[in-house]
Amino acid sequence: MSRDPRDVKEELIQIYPKKLRQKRSEQIVVTEHREDGSVPEIKANVRSSPGIITQRGCTYAGCKGVVIGPSRDILSIVHGPIGCSFYAWLTRRNQTRPHTLEDQNFINYCLSTDMQEENIVFGGEKKLKAAVKEAFELFHPKAIAIFSTCPVGLIGDDVHAVAREMKAELGINVFGFSCEGYRGVSQSAGHHIASNGVFKNVVGLNDTPHDDKFKVNMLGEYNIGGDGFVLEDLLKRCGIKQISTFSGNSTYETMANAHTADLNLVMCHRSINYVAEMMEKRFGIPWMKVNFIGADASVKSLRRIADYFEDADLKARVEEVIAEEMAVVEATQSVVKARCQGKTAMLFVGGSRAHHYQMLFSDIGMKTIAAGYEFGHRDDYEGRKVLPGLKVDADSKNIEELDVVPDPERYRARRTPEEIAKLEAMTENEFRGYVGMMPQMDDDVLVIDDLSHHETEKLLEIYKPDIFCAGIKEKFGVQKMGIPCKQLHSYDYGGPYAGFVGAVNFYKDIDRMVNMKIWSFVTPPWQSKATQQDVVAAD
Amino acid sequence: MARRSIAIYGKGGIGKSTTTQNTVAALAEMGKKIMVVGCDPKADSTRLLLGGLIQKTVLDTLRDEGDEVALEDVMRNGYGGTKCTESGGPEPGVGCAGRGIITSINLLEQLGAYEEDLDYVFYDVLGDVVCGGFAMPIREGKAQEIYIVCSGEMMAMYAANNISKGVVKFAQAGGVRLGGIICNSRKVDNEREMIEEFARLLGTQMIHFVPRNNDVQRAEINRKTVIEWNPIAEQADEYRALARAIDGNKKFVIPTPLPMDDLEKLLIDFGLVDGVPPGTEVAV
Repeated sequence: MSRDPRDVKEELIQIYPKKLRQKRSEQIVVTEHREDGSVPEIKANVRSSPGIITQRGCTYAGCKGVVIGPSRDILSIVHGPIGCSFYAWLTRRNQTRPHTLEDQNFINYCLSTDMQEENIVFGGEKKLKAAVKEAFELFHPKAIAIFSTCPVGLIGDDVHAVAREMKAELGINVFGFSCEGYRGVSQSAGHHIASNGVFKNVVGLNDTPHDDKFKVNMLGEYNIGGDGFVLEDLLKRCGIKQISTFSGNSTYETMANAHTADLNLVMCHRSINYVAEMMEKRFGIPWMKVNFIGADASVKSLRRIADYFEDADLKARVEEVIAEEMAVVEATQSVVKARCQGKTAMLFVGGSRAHHYQMLFSDIGMKTIAAGYEFGHRDDYEGRKVLPGLKVDADSKNIEELDVVPDPERYRARRTPEEIAKLEAMTENEFRGYVGMMPQMDDDVLVIDDLSHHETEKLLEIYKPDIFCAGIKEKFGVQKMGIPCKQLHSYDYGGPYAGFVGAVNFYKDIDRMVNMKIWSFVTPPWQSKATQQDVVAAD
Repeated sequence: MARRSIAIYGKGGIGKSTTTQNTVAALAEMGKKIMVVGCDPKADSTRLLLGGLIQKTVLDTLRDEGDEVALEDVMRNGYGGTKCTESGGPEPGVGCAGRGIITSINLLEQLGAYEEDLDYVFYDVLGDVVCGGFAMPIREGKAQEIYIVCSGEMMAMYAANNISKGVVKFAQAGGVRLGGIICNSRKVDNEREMIEEFARLLGTQMIHFVPRNNDVQRAEINRKTVIEWNPIAEQADEYRALARAIDGNKKFVIPTPLPMDDLEKLLIDFGLVDGVPPGTEVAV
C-alpha cells in the first residue's frame, strides 16, 4: 500500500510494446491538486487498443441498452441479427413501475427484426417496415424507436426513411437511431446519439402544464435496481414535482412534457449532459449537477435544489427530510463504519459511477485507491472547464451536433444571467457545471481510463484491495483472485443504492462483502496443487 | 486434366461479359465442359450463351425457396452444353451485393455445382473490386487464374492496374495468379503496342488482341455469341484464337502493379497525351 503510485504505473505498462506503452502512459495518471487549481490531464475517450481486453461496450448498447431502454412505453425494435438483441432484454436490471395494470409497459419484451443473410444481401428495409407494422398491431404503442445494429450501417438501410413512412402511415411517433455498434470508441457515442434522438423527436411535444411550484427533471438516472424509485419518493416528500426522468421508470408522455420543468438535475453527466444543454438552449431551463449516491452527497444535492428555488418552506421541508433520513442512515453507518474503516476499494466503471460511488465508500470510512471510467471523457475526469480546449476526434465527428435555437413559443429563461452567476458561485461550479472526478479525490491515487485486463490483474496483485467494483465481464476473473467484486452496472442482485435508503443498502452489502471470510480461503485454480497435479498428469 | 477456374475482371463496360461468353463458346466448340458463374447483380453474364436472361438467379431462388433450393433451379444449359448460373443480387442502392456473391458461390458449392468432369469454371465479375464480396472468386482458392479485360483507354488501364493490386494481395495469401491481359480494342492509337508494354510492365502478357468489330453488336442483339450467330465471321476466329491461347497458357504470375506516375508516363510515351507518335524526336 505504501508503494509510490508512479512506480506502480510504470509496472502496469512495462509489458506493453512501445507505442501502446506511450498511449497508456497518457491514460494513466496520478492524482494531484496543483496550486493553480488544476488536475493532471488524462487521455480519455480514445479508441481502445487491440488486444488489451477492454471493459467497453458498443454504441448500440449505449443507445438502446442504456438511454432509451429504461423507458417503458416506447416500443423498441432492434433492427439487426438476433444476437444483438441480448442487450435489448433487461440485462441492466433497469426497473419500471406502471401506475395501473392497464398502463403500457414493454420493458419485458424484446423485439428484433432477426435479420437473415437474405436481408443483408437484398436490404432489410422491407422486413423492418413489416416489423413496425406487426409491432403496432400487437401493442398499439404511442411511439416506436428503431435501433440500428452494425450490419444496417454496412448495407445502408435507411431506418430514418422507414421511420418517417411508418409515422405517416400509422399516425404514431416513430423514430430511428443510427447507433451502429462500431460508430464510436465506446458506448458513449450511443448515449450522445440517443440524447439527440430523444431531444429531436420527443421533448417538447406535450405542453400539459403543472401547477406545482417546484418542477424538475432528473436526467441520467436509469433506475438500476430501483434507484429511481428511491429518488422519486425523496423528491416527492420534499414537495418537489418530478416531471420526467431520463429515462428510468419514464414514459413517453413524461419525456415529451419535460420542457415544462424549471430545473434539470443531472445525475450521470456523461450520458445525458447533451440533453441538459440542449434543453437550456431551446427552452431556457438551466441544469445542475447532482449526486444522490452517498448520504452526504444526497444531503448536498437536496440543499442545492432548495437553494435554486429560493423558497423558505421548501428549504425547511428539505431539512426535515434530511433529518429524518440521516437518523436512519447514521444508525447503520456507524455500525458498518466500525467494521469497514480503513479498508480499500477500486472502482472501474461507467462514466459517472466510478466517481459517485467513491462518496458511498467514504461514508463508511473506506478509501478509494484507484479509479477510472470505462467510457468517460476528459471533462468527466477533469471537469467541464477543459471543454473549450477539447479536441474533437474523428469518431465523435461521426455524431451529429444538433443546431439548437430557442423555441419561439416555449422558450422562457427560468433565471436571469445575474441569478445564474450567483448560483454558480454558491454551488462550487456545479450549477451548469461538473467539476469531474479527479478534483474530488485525494492526491497520489491512480486514475486509469479504459482499464485493461492486464492492468486489472496487476492492480489486484500489487494493492490487494478489499473490494473491486466493475461489471459482469470483470467480476469472476477478479473473484477468482480472492477479491470480492461488486457490479456497479447491474448491482448484482442488489440495490437500490441511491439516496438515503440506497446508502443504507450499500453499506450493508459492502460490509457483508469486505468482511466475508470466504475470500481468504480462495485459491486461484492456477495456484492450487490439485490443478497443477492434473496438469502434470495430463501432460 | 485438372479443372481450371478462371475469373474475368476489368473496368465496368469494357466488355467482360461479351468477351467471356464468346471465349466460352469457342472453348465449348473445342469440346470443353464449362460452367459460367455470373457474379454481377444485373445477372446478364450468361445471356448470350442462353439466348436470353436466366429466369431465376441463385439469390432469388434462395430467397423464395429457402433451404429447398436444388441445383436444377439455378442452373441452365446453354450453347454447346455450357452450364450457366447467375448469382444475381439486390437492385442498385439496396442491401449488399458483395455479400450476395459470397452467399451464392457457397450455395453452388454445397449443391455440388462444381462437378468433377468440368474442364473450366468461369467467373464473370462486376466492374471494379469494390469490396470483399467481389473478391470472393479469387479468395479461398476458388479461381486460380485471372484475366483482365482492358483497352487502351486511360481509365480501363487504371482499373486493370488496381485489379492487379488486388491480385497481388490474394496471390500472396493463396494460389491465384494473373494469366494475362485481354485487349478488347477501342481503336485507341498505338493500342496494341501500348497494352503489350503495359502487360510487360505488369509482369504478364497480352494474351490476345481482340479487334473492334460490329459483328459483336449484331450477335448481341440476337442474344447470341458471334460463334453461334455466324461461325464463319472473322471475329469468331478472334475469339477462337483467344480461347486457344487461354487453353494453352502456361504463364501465370503475381503481377507487379505500376505506380501512378509510371502509368501516366506510359500514356505519354505512346503518344496519347500530347499527340506525338512514338519514336518521334522531340526538340529540347
